[in-house]
Amino acid sequence: MKPSNPTGRASLGLKIAVGLVLLFLHFPLLIIILYAFTTEEASFRFPPPGLTTRWIGELVNRADFWNALSLSLAVAAVATTLAIVLGTLLAGAIYRGKFFGRDALTLLVILPIALPGIVTGISLRSAISLTDMGFTFWTIVIGHTTFCIVTVYNNVIARLRRTARSQMEASMDLGASTFQTFRYIVLPNIATALLAGGMLAFALSFDEVIVTTFTAGQQQTLPIWILSQLTRPRDRPVTNVAALFVIAATFIPILIAYRLTQKTGE
Amino acid sequence: MAALSLTLTPPTPKPPSLPRRISTFFFRRPNLSLILTLLLPLLWLVVFYIGSLSSLLVNSFFRLDGFTGLIVRQFSLQTYRELASPSNVDIFVRTAVMAATVTVTCAILAFPVAYYMARYANYRIKGLLYLGVLLPLWSSYLVRVYTWKIILAQEGIITWFANLLGLHGLLEALLAVPGIGGPSLSFSFLGMFLVFVYIWLPYMILPINAALERVPKSVLEASADLGARPGYTLRKVILPLAFPGVVAGSIFTFSLTLGDYIIPSVIGNSSFFIGQAVFAQQGTAGNIPLAAAMTVVPIVIMFLYLMVARRLGAFEAL
Repeated sequence: MKPSNPTGRASLGLKIAVGLVLLFLHFPLLIIILYAFTTEEASFRFPPPGLTTRWIGELVNRADFWNALSLSLAVAAVATTLAIVLGTLLAGAIYRGKFFGRDALTLLVILPIALPGIVTGISLRSAISLTDMGFTFWTIVIGHTTFCIVTVYNNVIARLRRTARSQMEASMDLGASTFQTFRYIVLPNIATALLAGGMLAFALSFDEVIVTTFTAGQQQTLPIWILSQLTRPRDRPVTNVAALFVIAATFIPILIAYRLTQKTGE
Repeated sequence: MAALSLTLTPPTPKPPSLPRRISTFFFRRPNLSLILTLLLPLLWLVVFYIGSLSSLLVNSFFRLDGFTGLIVRQFSLQTYRELASPSNVDIFVRTAVMAATVTVTCAILAFPVAYYMARYANYRIKGLLYLGVLLPLWSSYLVRVYTWKIILAQEGIITWFANLLGLHGLLEALLAVPGIGGPSLSFSFLGMFLVFVYIWLPYMILPINAALERVPKSVLEASADLGARPGYTLRKVILPLAFPGVVAGSIFTFSLTLGDYIIPSVIGNSSFFIGQAVFAQQGTAGNIPLAAAMTVVPIVIMFLYLMVARRLGAFEAL
């Protein structure tokens, strides 16, 4: 269905429906901006009685917020790095050829996001309990990497499929070694896809809460910190500011990833 | 002349460098290099993912000793018998009904957007619409759930808006409906349903759009040429061709609702959903076997769902 030669225009009813659905998708994001600045301390009263920037200062002075933030950043950085390496290797292998179990493998990669998060979560929790290894930084990282591999894999394999195989063949014919071909032909071609996949993996890990609650034990990542804040009505204004901060922090990598993939029309 | 003959002497070939020799070694053995590329990611997924899934299954056949509160690591079906208790069956039915309702609603809301994107939007508008769908999909899940706590609160924006339009009576009537109502929207099934639809809607829009993008324009023209009115073409041509996309989207909306426990615990009332029950069993109750067995239920449901979806051609629309 290409709009290149429009035989008709969208009816007004359809346009209104599209507008309403998009409004439904976006107005909560506006609400969170508004409530980060409300002067109301105890309830979610609308309209807010006044606006203030006071809560930003309060959040900045919260040590537990900074601890949670630094744990989240560390986990996301390590998980993203691991996912980039594993996802790229996997995409390369799947792209290169047919081998026994290839279809099963592609299914296995998407399984961690196709099955509900709680399945991955409780599975890892069972494994931790069976092996008596306890909860550490690495139990969080293992969970996050497992579901981040697929975002890198998806981006890289899509790019590889668009890259002409003949370029690599030409490079090898002209005497380049496998490493040189990777360095000068493959890497420049997949660089933006890698970056986009990495950005999305980072955003996914930074924000993940369902799997993390099962693998973190007593440790608090930023989403777990926010979740624990929800049960403290007195902290509502600070939670609102933290929520705005998280939205802003995940928007940036998503927008960059979107631009990177748009240029190549993926 | 002597100088010229000197330049013509062939240079003694340098021995190939180490990277070059390694490169040649692997180039001659494609199977070995394939295995080496696959080794790390395969090990990771098999050890950590398949390994944990198996330990989940193993755990579900253990049982919790009621007296000591310790997990007995011996094969037993006792945990699965506990699973069939009326209160647990209630939880499964409640969750499945919610997942089905959310899925149908998402499909109805998603179709106009996907249809407009595929059929009418020009290149620029389409890009903007994609961004408009992707941005909520990728931005913080937890914060978006929390925002709805603010919106649905008794003193929040929905109540304010209902009062503004003089619809306060309608809102109270809705909340008074037994089963779906509650003290306020933020503690009711109705509110929970809204949030589920909001959170998973983008997962439905994208596959339907992908299915519609693949409908050739000539098919629509043929339908019109043969005398079908637009409404008839929509029902008899476009909807059937979009259906695999709907099924593909429903895999996500259904599966994600089935396993979610954040939304029911932040928005809902005290009646449990599968995810909450699993979380409570492994945490405070320390009953990992029962939590594991409970998780097997959504896995089995999803497995059956995927088999049906495959029959309906949903995998081609993913």
